[in-house]
Amino acid sequence: MPDVVLEARGLRKEYGELVAVDDVDLEVREGGSLAIVGESGSGKTTIAKMIVGLTAPTAGSIVACGRDRSAPSRSARERRRRGSEVQIVFQDPYSSLDPRQTAEQALDEVLRLHRGGRQGGRAARELLDLVGLDERQGRALPRALSGGQRQRIAIARALAAQPRVVILDESVAALDVSIQAQILNLLADIREETGVSYVLISHDLAVVRQITDEAIVMHRGRVVERGSTAQILDAPQDEYTQLLRASVPRPGWKPERRRRPEDQGAPA
Amino acid sequence: MSALLEIDGLTARLQVEGELRTVLHDVSLTIGAGEALGLVGESGSGKSMTARAVGRLLPRGAQTSGAVRFDGRDVLTLGPADLRRYRGEVAMIFQDPRAHVNPVRRIGDFMTETLRLQGVTGADAAKRAAGALRDVGIDDGERRLDQYPHELSGGLLQRVMIATMLLGEPRLVLADEPTTALDVTTQAEVMAILDELRHERGMALLFITHDLELAAAVCDRTAVMYAGQIVETRAASLLDRDPLHPYTAALAAARPDVAVSARRLAAIPGRPVSAFEAPAGCAFAPRCVCVQERCREARPPLDRLDDGQVRCRRAQELRGRMAAAIREGEASRA
Repeated sequence: MPDVVLEARGLRKEYGELVAVDDVDLEVREGGSLAIVGESGSGKTTIAKMIVGLTAPTAGSIVACGRDRSAPSRSARERRRRGSEVQIVFQDPYSSLDPRQTAEQALDEVLRLHRGGRQGGRAARELLDLVGLDERQGRALPRALSGGQRQRIAIARALAAQPRVVILDESVAALDVSIQAQILNLLADIREETGVSYVLISHDLAVVRQITDEAIVMHRGRVVERGSTAQILDAPQDEYTQLLRASVPRPGWKPERRRRPEDQGAPA
Repeated sequence: MSALLEIDGLTARLQVEGELRTVLHDVSLTIGAGEALGLVGESGSGKSMTARAVGRLLPRGAQTSGAVRFDGRDVLTLGPADLRRYRGEVAMIFQDPRAHVNPVRRIGDFMTETLRLQGVTGADAAKRAAGALRDVGIDDGERRLDQYPHELSGGLLQRVMIATMLLGEPRLVLADEPTTALDVTTQAEVMAILDELRHERGMALLFITHDLELAAAVCDRTAVMYAGQIVETRAASLLDRDPLHPYTAALAAARPDVAVSARRLAAIPGRPVSAFEAPAGCAFAPRCVCVQERCREARPPLDRLDDGQVRCRRAQELRGRMAAAIREGEASRA
């Protein structure tokens, strides 16, 4: 079996009274792809933030590539090392790219930091090529590019650090259907070529099916179901997973009105 | 049945960065009383602009030609008094309810504003508002009327918007991606409510979405837009299974399927274009696997085919084997 590249045990996050993430375990193997499925307020994005170090867990441990990252890093060197282990691609490439930096410059910056020395722009061009952007697009500022092209840059920038794990936080959610398909194919190709692992944070079950092998389903901070993605989607066991699956529009589907007491509450 | 809403050869241009850009090109659609029409397309396809043109909500400086008729009246030339009356008959709901409520006013004030302007007393208006909330599945309406928008979840607030719209007893609802920002379980709930009320009250619906399957599930007919034009209209139940236009077929093939594990998707190359960027011939030609030289020469007309309409020169010849042609084309290109 491939090595475990990312592991979380007993992960917990409290915001005051609110328990956003409650006793979550997860494991990603080298070259694997894990989905964290859930709706808003399920805690899925909080898990992503804890894994990349944007927020510290209240309890529990996170180990990436055999090294603990549960506590905030104390040095620039440590932060850089963590960056070479796990990278993240956000939903919105409009706000996650520097508007004054061309794609090449953005990649160059990461390459110099993580791979050191002079790359002569070759590595940057290879990355652009990997994500399907040409030289002209590489020299363009983000505002001159489409949403799909920007998301390609965000993916290339994440890969520039040669991470073992890439967190995809709703990374294809804002894209048009025809562009989303291109990016999903690209992500599948990259995983095959580089052996990188994915953690996909998503509410979209079709996208989850397309690019993950394993999944955990979150509801109100807790894992309610885990297993192979195909199995969870074809034969969901937990009541909440069943509701989630039944809510996806499909041929012959009719939306159903149901009484859900939690719906009457305030936003999470 | 005569049409409640009739859009006839509508073309719209907007001022963008000092130049006039075409956003809608020769859009023609009809919606019968009580009928639901789904308007499907990607960003920039003109689906929202179509709804805004119908709601007379195009940005300042917009130029339009063609006609929009509601119940026989020309909507684009309505004067202020008629426009006010028209807006009572045609209601809009949007993707982000939070952007369309005043955050510092209570739900009750927001909901009853129009009724109060019509001279309904405060107590009576509140009672009707609570009743409308009950209709959308919110039982503790009286308490909700005293709350502020930030105290309600997105799904609950969208139901408040629907309830508010119901108070005006509209004959046509323009719904622009009303569930896109909602969780999938909440989406099912909100769509069920909208669907139920529409049937009960005989309201017509123009439902804008990027989700083919959602449109197919809740609409009678669907129209697909690309680059500011209608490329296909069809019975909703047939859109998925039996597309007339290569774009519709390609869009259906490009979606991941929750029930099927596939290694790759049949992606459409390139990106969707807006009307002003579209090439001279068929707007979809540069991305189409079925393209031939004649497709690039002149813009195809919207022709009748079987029980629908399609804007494609090859539609007749590809009839029945469109989906297969798309798959083959994608395979040979990959």
